[in-house]
Amino acid sequence: MMKSLIQKVRSRVNEIPTHAWLLGLLVATLIERLVGDAVAGSLGLGIIPRLFGVRYILTKPLLIPSMMAYLLVIYLVPISIVAWFSAPLIKKLPSRLSTPIFLLLLYGALHIWGGLDEYRLLVLQFILISILLTASLNLTNGYMGEFSCASGGFMAVGAYVTSVLTVWGFVNDDVFGPPALPPAIGPFMFPIALIIGGIVTALTALLVAIPSFRTRGDYLAIISLAYTFIIKSFLENLELVGGPRGFMHMPKWANLPVVFLWTLAGLWVMHNYVSSLLGKGAPGVRDDELAAEVMTVDTRRVKVITFMLSAFWTGVAGGLFAHVMGYINPATFGIMKTAEIMAMLYMGGLNSITGSIVGAVLLKFLMEALRPLQVAKWIFIPVIIIFFMIRRPWGLVSFREFGILRKEVKRAPASD
Amino acid sequence: MPLLQIKNLTHWFGGLRAVHNFHENLEEGEIVGLIGPNGAGKTTIFNLICGIYKPTQGEIIFDGENLVGLPPHVITSKGIGRTFQKLRLWRHLSVLDTIKLAHFSRKNYGLFDALFWTRRCQKQEEEIEERTWELLKIFGLTQYAYARAWDLPYGLQRKVEMVRALVSEPKLLLLDEPTVGMTLREMYETMDLIREMKEKFDLTILIIEHRMKVIMNLCERIKAIDFGEIIADGTPDEIRNNPRVIEAYLGKEVEV
Repeated sequence: MMKSLIQKVRSRVNEIPTHAWLLGLLVATLIERLVGDAVAGSLGLGIIPRLFGVRYILTKPLLIPSMMAYLLVIYLVPISIVAWFSAPLIKKLPSRLSTPIFLLLLYGALHIWGGLDEYRLLVLQFILISILLTASLNLTNGYMGEFSCASGGFMAVGAYVTSVLTVWGFVNDDVFGPPALPPAIGPFMFPIALIIGGIVTALTALLVAIPSFRTRGDYLAIISLAYTFIIKSFLENLELVGGPRGFMHMPKWANLPVVFLWTLAGLWVMHNYVSSLLGKGAPGVRDDELAAEVMTVDTRRVKVITFMLSAFWTGVAGGLFAHVMGYINPATFGIMKTAEIMAMLYMGGLNSITGSIVGAVLLKFLMEALRPLQVAKWIFIPVIIIFFMIRRPWGLVSFREFGILRKEVKRAPASD
Repeated sequence: MPLLQIKNLTHWFGGLRAVHNFHENLEEGEIVGLIGPNGAGKTTIFNLICGIYKPTQGEIIFDGENLVGLPPHVITSKGIGRTFQKLRLWRHLSVLDTIKLAHFSRKNYGLFDALFWTRRCQKQEEEIEERTWELLKIFGLTQYAYARAWDLPYGLQRKVEMVRALVSEPKLLLLDEPTVGMTLREMYETMDLIREMKEKFDLTILIIEHRMKVIMNLCERIKAIDFGEIIADGTPDEIRNNPRVIEAYLGKEVEV
């Protein structure tokens, strides 16, 4: 009797579509906005837990029960109730509207959740940028099976080019003087600046690609690592953009909706690319380059295009990063940044956009949550990554896509 | 005019002469066997035809066009399919994607279409998908479409590789030891498959094989090579009794 009831509930829970969970999350964030402060106050938490209260585990263990209660009241219960009761309704949605509604719900939830706290907002923006970075690194390291260490360098090029453009164009700055263009149109020109930054990054990537793609193996790793270091020292010695002191006064145009839209655009384009036959050449090159070449794949072209596309989106992410911070310096884009993106990639999963999202969200969240550990964080995080590498060498979600990222050109014939 | 005309083909690996003065006129519709002891240069000849190696000397004329110096993907898209001696399937790709990827030269949309998934790209992707399913159906591989090619049993992997070679609608098929490592039953199945493919797709086939049973059964003409040089050329019966072939395989007869 009891058992069958549990089974029934479980099967119904499994059937709840993602949209319903998202709607639940949206309602939960609304509730948090309305009564979050009051609930947190009455539970003795003072302020609302910023990142689901993970930090209390490390800093104030005595508050853990209050934190649990808060999560239960604000998130768990409303999400479950809404998801449970809205599921039948959402199943009736026409499939054409499925993706737009999914994205609207997602953005709505993020907007309200992030709008409650400055710090949350910043973390959200960084997470979105990390997703873009990880997915673009996935193109070369995951899909194409090369080992590129140029993420930091690409990011730097994108960030500096975009920043110089916006500061020169729209800001009264002591380096470039008064704005060259009317500042009022600035936010509308920002996308163009980002795209130019991405294109310049892709062109510098071509310089790396030409010598290194003639051969296979470790060459790309070595050359791309050199690239990151060369870019960093070049910028450190370029007095025009502040040298090692960094470059500042960028307008903070990369707010949450802008970053969200760009991340979405990047994922969409990259996902299209890897789903197309042109992009499928990349896994062909990875698994057996000679076979790919003999099976009519223009491997040279596929390699260069994939690498440049990856560089383009890394550059755009760099530009976004600069306009979230409003200040950049060359040290930000060194080997540590590259390693961070790689960790997200190998934790999340190779050859999968879903994997990149999972890895970026998880690791970035972990890094913020473990901040109270200070330096010990850098022992803790590598240990987690090593654990993943032993348990799941290809990453959490690899060679698979989930949800709206699953693309089938045409359904298989039912039978033959 | 022969479909494939090889004249004077010579290839050196540094100081080693792998192929010397090889010539061959392959008429349309023929099945020709290429035999010879290990290291005789058979696979090298295949690699020269496909453009993986550039010959030191000689001409390879396919369908009236000289192939020497063209990159492999161009050569194969002109109508030459091949399989490999050691299986070379893509490790992480499903059977469906494997067959699909071999359609690479058939698409003619550009990068822009791929990035923004334009109507043009969509249409071509659909056509290719459809053709892939058709091919899978013809060879009875539909049920394995979503399995990774690497996870299939050996005989099926060979089959997938052969289907992959047929995607570009080749006129000439190069089979490099198609029955190596197979059980007797799989061998007979493969022989039937080769005959069936030849009928269905109007193929001309050049086949390397060590198993004499396969060669003698399938081929109308056999070429034997040793140390990169042709030592015999003729019908299966002629080859069987050719003293130079016997010598190459078994050694010289000695008076006792």
